[in-house]
Amino acid sequence: MLTYDLAADGLRGLNAALQAQSPDTNQSQWDVINPKGSHAIAVGLNAPIDVTVHGSTGYYCAGMNQQANIRVKGSVGPGVCENMMSGKVVIEGDASQYAGATGHGCLLVIKGNASSRCGISMKGMDIVVHRNIGHMSAFMAQAGNLVVCGDAGDALGDSLYEARLFVRGSVKSLGADCIEKEMRPEHIAILSDLLEKAESDAKPEEFKRYGSARKLYNFDVDKNTTY
Amino acid sequence: MCGIVGLFLKDKSLEPKLGQMLSEMLITMTDRGPDSAGIAIYGQEQKGRSKLTVQSEGGREDYAALQNDLAAALETDLSITTNDTHAVIDVAADKASELRTILSAQHPDIRVMSQGDSIEIYKEVGLPGAVSERFHVSAMSGSHGIGHTRMATESAVTTDGAHPYSTGPDQCLVHNGSLSNHNALRRKLTRNGIKIESQNDTEVGAAYLTWKMSQGNSLGEALESSLKDLDGFFTFVVGTKDGFGVLRDPIACKPAVLAETDQYVAFGSEHRALVNLPGIEDARVWEPEPATVYFWSH
Repeated sequence: MLTYDLAADGLRGLNAALQAQSPDTNQSQWDVINPKGSHAIAVGLNAPIDVTVHGSTGYYCAGMNQQANIRVKGSVGPGVCENMMSGKVVIEGDASQYAGATGHGCLLVIKGNASSRCGISMKGMDIVVHRNIGHMSAFMAQAGNLVVCGDAGDALGDSLYEARLFVRGSVKSLGADCIEKEMRPEHIAILSDLLEKAESDAKPEEFKRYGSARKLYNFDVDKNTTY
Repeated sequence: MCGIVGLFLKDKSLEPKLGQMLSEMLITMTDRGPDSAGIAIYGQEQKGRSKLTVQSEGGREDYAALQNDLAAALETDLSITTNDTHAVIDVAADKASELRTILSAQHPDIRVMSQGDSIEIYKEVGLPGAVSERFHVSAMSGSHGIGHTRMATESAVTTDGAHPYSTGPDQCLVHNGSLSNHNALRRKLTRNGIKIESQNDTEVGAAYLTWKMSQGNSLGEALESSLKDLDGFFTFVVGTKDGFGVLRDPIACKPAVLAETDQYVAFGSEHRALVNLPGIEDARVWEPEPATVYFWSH
């Protein structure tokens, strides 16, 4: 177990040390103390290490992550887990806007609320939010699963491609080309697996599924004047 | 970008430290805006007296002769306390409007930053640390205050372009964002007799609230209607004599964090601004919802 004091030793040193870990490192457990809302904590990691941040962070925490398991015992600012490739990130508090934007693979768990634009343009990652999400979430989301155990804000899934959206509570409004879809056994299976990994005791049967009506992203010559 | 901080004290024992806490919060936000900085602080009021905070490039030299001129013109006693380029004129409350008329007619180089029973506004070009030091903000006490550090987008880097803006007696506004319909709105407000000094978008936002309130709207109602009439991005923090409010536009891309304890309500553009406040570890911390007016008062 290594402890890194961000207030005393600085951000560049932390990210350099974490990024320097090799796939077979024996320095696999890291505790980061005194984050004090700093930006860009634990970005660009590429090793199977466990990092726990004790407190709240600012912008871009855990960006571009590969392989690492990162847990934040606090809330995170805008842009957590941007463009994440693999690994698992758990936020014990709230996340600000565009959490998990453009992520390819991995699991992002937010135990509090996520604000606007959660999962914008997600490209294959899974996001599980234990409470509510804000407006314009999953905008242009291409692949992956967004699971919301609470309510969703306005314009959910606007201009959606092939990501699956699961919401347990209410949806304030659906965005263009996003519709409610049938929940089939394979979706229940996906949801059960994600909820278990995300440490949630919500029941898959309580969720509704939303997806793309697939009317917007194919060119339609009869509607060429409306584009 | 721009950075905003605000601190509204519930616990009177913290009042002597308001300036110190507020300036530390503002300095933490320096890298959100290096152009100019300012604070509005609500301090002591005296029954029957009003305060005008004024600014003049020459500072102390300009104010030496002013006191006698004004006292003679108004036929009343008044005092002027200088603070670098700013000064606070203490005058009988029933003479405050007349004082403003005289200042604008006879002393056009003197800008009025604020007027009211308890508000004082200090703002200049420079980094938050430098601005805070030149006005000795750390030594100020008060019940609530708002700070702003600016990255200019819509108008020049000048004292007039710095925030906070006064929106009426004991009222002020700071803004993070940019308004896109400020030219059209400036023309409309000017036609309605509202005086706007600069080309700055936020001053138009402030003037809009002043205009709405002059028509009988409460501050809360004026803020609600700004959601309809202002186009662009904004996170606003407003101050009144006994209150403190926050409003974000419906898109809400400008960041905002609120924290509340039994001792205070605090606002920061980022969490970093709040980390050294007492008891922040146990505070309720949240991101204010879009298009929702938040308001606290004593």
